[in-house]
Order: sequence, then C-alpha cells, then structure tokens
Amino acid sequence: MVPPGASAAAAVLAAGFDSIRKTPVDGSERGPYCMMGVCFDCLAEIDGVPNRQSCMIEVRPGMRIRRQMQARTIDPKPE
Amino acid sequence: MDRYDAIVIGGGLVGSAIGYGLVRARLRVALLDEGDVAFRASRGNFGLVWVQSKGDGAPHYQHWTRRSADEWPALAVELEAKTGIAIGHQRPGGVHLCLGEAELAARHATMERMRAQSGNLGFDYRMLDRRELTDMLPGLGPAVSGASWTPYDGHANPLGLLHALHKGFADNGGCFLPNSSVTEAVASPGDFRIQLAGGEIGASKVVLAAGLGNADLAPHFGLSAPVKPLKGQILVTERAQQVLPMPITTIRQTVEGSIMLGDSQEDAGFDTSQRPAVMQTIARRAVLSFPWLRDLQIIRAWAALRVMPPDALPIYDHSERFPGAFTANCHSGVSLAGAHANLLAPMVAAGMLDPELELFSAKRFDVPSAA
Repeated sequence: MVPPGASAAAAVLAAGFDSIRKTPVDGSERGPYCMMGVCFDCLAEIDGVPNRQSCMIEVRPGMRIRRQMQARTIDPKPE
Repeated sequence: MDRYDAIVIGGGLVGSAIGYGLVRARLRVALLDEGDVAFRASRGNFGLVWVQSKGDGAPHYQHWTRRSADEWPALAVELEAKTGIAIGHQRPGGVHLCLGEAELAARHATMERMRAQSGNLGFDYRMLDRRELTDMLPGLGPAVSGASWTPYDGHANPLGLLHALHKGFADNGGCFLPNSSVTEAVASPGDFRIQLAGGEIGASKVVLAAGLGNADLAPHFGLSAPVKPLKGQILVTERAQQVLPMPITTIRQTVEGSIMLGDSQEDAGFDTSQRPAVMQTIARRAVLSFPWLRDLQIIRAWAALRVMPPDALPIYDHSERFPGAFTANCHSGVSLAGAHANLLAPMVAAGMLDPELELFSAKRFDVPSAA
C-alpha cells in the first residue's frame, strides 16, 4: 500500500516489482529511477494509454497499470 | 608550446569529421571545443543525410552532397566497427511530401530543373502520385497530393555520429581539448599560434570549423566566413513500433522508434528560445501529412541555430595570405560528414583543396560595388 497522493510508479515499487518495462532499444528490463519525470524509465500502460510516465501520475483505486513490454503500436489508418 | 601538424578549431560535426579524417591520415591533430557556451548546432540536428533538395541552381553543391551521401555507408560501417557506437545510418531513399496541387507542381518543376542542371551526373528522381505513395507510406492524410522521391536520401543518429567521431578521433591519437576558447590567434604562412586559456599551441595547418564562430575567426587568417544563425525547432514523439520505412524531409522515425518532426526556419539572431506558434506549425503540418501522429505524445522539443552562409551553400577556402589555413562552413554537418571525413580531410592533409571546391570559395560573395 502507498499513501494517498503517491505516484503509480511508487505503487509498483511498493508492490515489490523492480522492473516496469523493457526498453525497445535492446529489450533489457527497466524500472522507475528518477521519480521526477526526467528519465522515462518508468513508462507503463496506464488505463489503456501506453508509454505513460508512471512517476508523474497519481495512483488511484482501480487503476490498471500494465508493464510496457515493447514500443507502443500505431494504427495508421488511411483517412 | 605544444606543436601539432594541424589544429582544428571547433569540436562539432564539421570539426570532428575533419579531425577524424586527419588523424586517420596520421597527422598529429588538436581538436578544440569551446564548451557549452557555444551554440552547438551539432547537438540539435534533425539527422537527415539529405540530397534531393540540395543544389537547385548550383549543380556543384548537388554533386558534393551526393558524393558525401555515397561516402556515408562506408564511414558509418567503419566508425561503428572501430568505436562500437551505433550510428543508425540507413539509406532507403527519401520523399518530400507535397500538401496540395500547387506544392506538387512547384516541386515537380524544381526537381526537373535539377535534372536539367545535373549534366552527366544525372538526377534520378520520381514524382509519386497519391496512389503510389499510399503503397509506400502508411496512413497518409487527405491533404497529401503527392511527393518527390530520390534513392540518394537517408538518415542517421546525429548524436551517435558525433560521439563516434570523437571516440574515433581520440582512439587514433587525436588530442581533444575541451573548454578551449581561442583568445588570440597569430597567423603566418604555414605557422599558426593559437592562444587558449591554458597556454599556447602551434601547428603548420589550421582548420576553422567553429560554426557561427567562424565569422569572427576567419579574418584573423586572411579568410572570410559570412555565416549567420538560422533557427530551427524540432519536436520528438514517444517511441513507437516502426511505421515509417523511409525518411521524409520534415518527419523521420529513428532506429529506436521516436518520430522526429522539424524543419522550421526562423531568422531570429542568436535567440535559441522555443516558440509555441512555430511548434504548432510543425505539429499541424505533420498531422496533415499523417493524421495518426495526433495519438503520439510529444516528449521532447528544442531549438538550435543552423550555421547559414548567405546563399545556403557550404563555404570552403584555403587562405591565400596564410597558406595552411582552411575554413569549412555549412548547415549540413550530418549530410556532409561523409565528404568532410573522407574527401575534405585528405585535401587538408595534402595542403590544398581540389579544384572542384573552388566554386565553394567565399570569393563568390565579393561582388564589386558600383562606384
């Protein structure tokens, strides 16, 4: 459990995970590091939106945090 | 006083490419880098190795750029093998997108003119209509009416290139001197003394590659480098899976998946601030080209200053008054890196520029004024 106002990244760390994503550059595991919005190592899919900086988002009950395991996809539909 | 065969003033892409070429030719070289007070165009590059729009009305510039793009694959392979630093060079050809029929017609006219000017070299371009383009690029916006394409264009990671050139330079015995502003320069033919805060160094050759700093340095060496700043702003998206198979003049996807948006041009003096209006224009045009870009977050943005000669063509000179002093100036430090390392540096090492570079002399700006 984390106190109210804590970030999604803090919740992930408090839950005992030391990795939250794999970098698309070489596939290695990464975890929240700077906790202040700079390093982008805490990227996660939060409530269906990929590549969110989980250290910059306040955690809420019921929030769905999924690990960002690859570069996000794009669906380039022609218009 | 430390003596070298050559002193290169400027540790950006132009200076490091020349410095790398010189140490590879077994010269003892000092490479001076001013420090973070410099404007550092080489830290703000977009990363195109771009040929197709260079040299309308100046076929020698098209030729030189093409030669550089031809040198690029070997240079990238060599640097990656020697330094282990990834440069991410790719040469899949490139397209210039046109929004609306008027832009497409104007582009076609430019490309045909360049073909007419190209002589024996040729200029292999194609105009692509919307239908052909749809097979090449994903999710085009309705505003896109067509594009020009050439096989010569490519892209690379400009920071990887700069890092690899610096490492390659040092690994070949080059002496990199950081935080080295030139406080005074004494020139005599074949003997140059450069004053730095830490003391004096000397060499029989000097290469001015200080970007915007060349304007003030050049007259000390009997040279002229009338370069001015031209601001460019760049936006970068979050990383995404590969969707763009080739670079576009203002949009490219890096090897790691980021999509870079850019190509603004502002005459704003030495101001490097970012302006929302220009950033909006870049984003709007990008979304007109590829509406799906709307879904991507912009995670970084910056402004940097191009080193712009009055006619946008490079300036290369060898001083007549002080032989041994050379100058190199351009706004295409990435595109021309192949030429600078593999073609220009050997000329400097040999002590003279090839005749084909005469057209790039700053003498072209010496128009006699009417009495």
